[in-house]
Amino acid sequence: MQETLEKILRTYHENEGNVISLLQEIEESFGYLPEEAINWFSEQLDIPPSRFYGIATFYSQFHLKPRGENIITACCGTACHVKGSERLINSLMRELQIPSGEDTSEDRKFTVEKVNCVGACSIAPVVIINKEVHGKMTADRLMKEIRKIK
Amino acid sequence: MQEGNIVVKVCMGTGGIAAGGTAVVSAFREELETAGVSASVEKNCTVHNVGCRGFCARDVLVDVIVDGEKTTYEYIKSDMVSRIVEEHILQGRPVEEWVVKDDYHTFHEKQVKVVLSDCGEVDPEDIESYVNRGGYAALSKVLTTMTPEETIGLIKASGLRGRGGAGFPAGLKWEFARKAVGEPKYLICNADEGDPGAFMDRSIIEGNPHSVIEGMVIGAYAIGASKGYVYIRAEYPLAVERLKIALDQARRKGVLGDDIEGRGFDFDIKIKLGAGAFVCGEETALIASIEGNRGMPRAKPPFPAQKGLWGKPTVINNVETLANVAYIVRNGADWFAQFGTEKSKGTKVFALTGKVKNSGLIEVPLGISLREIIYDIGGGIEGGRELKAVQTGGPSGGCITAGMIDIAVDYESLAKAGSIVGSGGMVVMDETDCMVNIAKYFLEFTQAESCGKCVPCRIGTKRLLEILERITDGRGRPGDVELLEKLSNDVRSASLCGLGQTAPNPVLSTLRYFRDEYEAHIHEKRCPAGVCKNLLTYSILEEFCKGCTMCARVCPAGAIVGEKKKPHKIIEEICVKCGACFETCKFKAIKKG
Repeated sequence: MQETLEKILRTYHENEGNVISLLQEIEESFGYLPEEAINWFSEQLDIPPSRFYGIATFYSQFHLKPRGENIITACCGTACHVKGSERLINSLMRELQIPSGEDTSEDRKFTVEKVNCVGACSIAPVVIINKEVHGKMTADRLMKEIRKIK
Repeated sequence: MQEGNIVVKVCMGTGGIAAGGTAVVSAFREELETAGVSASVEKNCTVHNVGCRGFCARDVLVDVIVDGEKTTYEYIKSDMVSRIVEEHILQGRPVEEWVVKDDYHTFHEKQVKVVLSDCGEVDPEDIESYVNRGGYAALSKVLTTMTPEETIGLIKASGLRGRGGAGFPAGLKWEFARKAVGEPKYLICNADEGDPGAFMDRSIIEGNPHSVIEGMVIGAYAIGASKGYVYIRAEYPLAVERLKIALDQARRKGVLGDDIEGRGFDFDIKIKLGAGAFVCGEETALIASIEGNRGMPRAKPPFPAQKGLWGKPTVINNVETLANVAYIVRNGADWFAQFGTEKSKGTKVFALTGKVKNSGLIEVPLGISLREIIYDIGGGIEGGRELKAVQTGGPSGGCITAGMIDIAVDYESLAKAGSIVGSGGMVVMDETDCMVNIAKYFLEFTQAESCGKCVPCRIGTKRLLEILERITDGRGRPGDVELLEKLSNDVRSASLCGLGQTAPNPVLSTLRYFRDEYEAHIHEKRCPAGVCKNLLTYSILEEFCKGCTMCARVCPAGAIVGEKKKPHKIIEEICVKCGACFETCKFKAIKKG
């Protein structure tokens, strides 16, 4: 971990420092923002952790808890909404047994997240499974895809 | 690049890739090679990736051009490629059954393509392919023959207005920044396309990133900027990737960076990835975000043109606005101004989606009627159902009802009807869509995206949402409609930025046109469109049920019981009202009501 953090610190200095880019790199490296990482940067840069957390909680891209191995992103844009994205999400949560209020399954194999719009509205409803975009999704097909990686 | 006798163009936008475009491209490469075509016409046969051509619902779309004769195929999968190569390319007989039908042509007939004219034609990852179609000629023209003031004059004369939502005249914005004191000046391209249901910016960057870069360099020359940023959503990975490639190529070609085209003008562009906050589409919030802070808007004035990024004069233009610039310079202000209406010049790209037959990205002259868009271009409503409303302008916009279908689509007319052009989202809804639910959907969105700075927006949207939630849950109370109206007006008038000022629009406009639906939810505990879960019950009509067990298999809650080949039954207490059975049943045996 130490090595990664120092590498991020170097790029931070090279690129005229920006807290958002810094957090983006931490997120990219660890998949979320570990508390230790925030505290380490806070000391190195003399920036209070509250500033990091203020920014991290403002933007939806940052996560404070570790996420699942597989990331399933359900688009909740308007076009997907009118074409039934809510139903897809409900069936996902049930299939993966993710408790309500959570987004990650207990074994940390799956994270289901909603995104405002991925801009692929003409193939709505859209679900992104591990960065692969699937259009015109149905509950049936989605379950088949999930069972493949389960 | 030498384009030869045989050219195959495969749509590789996000839509094309989702439909299997990558496999189609490699299938063409392989098939052509094994067929020996590349051996015989090697230099003349090329396979390109092109960006979105608008009709993503038909992907993968493939153009096969033999000796200049273009045939377009739709719904192509990789296993269909060998037949196309065999019959069309080798034997000269196009595979008629896969060729696009008439509706593909009617989809394009009434469109006028300016911004999208090269999307789907050029290879977005090859600068030469853009240059071959006249790209960067406008930049040369500006740098060699025009002063910055003349450039601004030209854009002003064209009547180009900001395409991001507010519709502010682009030339005027440039002029303010040109005249503002302070160095350096910045030009920012706003690619934080946050409106759900709008995807023109993504498609333009994916399909023709150089048109945006060229527009930015021209804009920078006009205002005297030396540094530029593209603030782009991280949710658009393909667009980011293509933009990176394009920026590198532009630098190598000398149309970006130091001493552009040897004219002593320096301008370079950096990419800033948005971290996911809708409010960052607002320009002062966007600036705060680039500076590395929470993206919260501040009061204007001072406007960014005076005090923007790091306190310096800054122009922020939307992707589509900038993508228009090179075409205006190339063809002249009069040419551009011939399209559109007196106050709304030019063309606008709309994302036509929802319950319309032909959904996709369209570009039309402003002032076209909504009827032409929905019925001529869009081909009418899916499944022969009735049009109910068209939602324009995303969460900041409103609804246009079926009765107002002949309205002209331009900035002024839509505003008069209580909606907006906005960024150009156009979601078509039919009788199976509940307008109260749609209002709730948008409020969920704005409530979550409110930055929290202004109390009326932060708390007001939350309260609005709560009221809408109870109405759609069947707990609506008499007086709720009036309360919604009053609260909406308060939020609208007491918020600082566009987000709060427009957040109540979806509520107000649905209340204006669909008040009876609200009343039905509140007083009769009934959802006329059959959408709101808590107001619905599902049951099985015994006389239609064949006992095929399909419904029982898809039911996520195990609420459907029954023996094979005998009528099934839904246990109401277990039913979660997800509607999966309703969708699955082939015999119309599930009753919703």
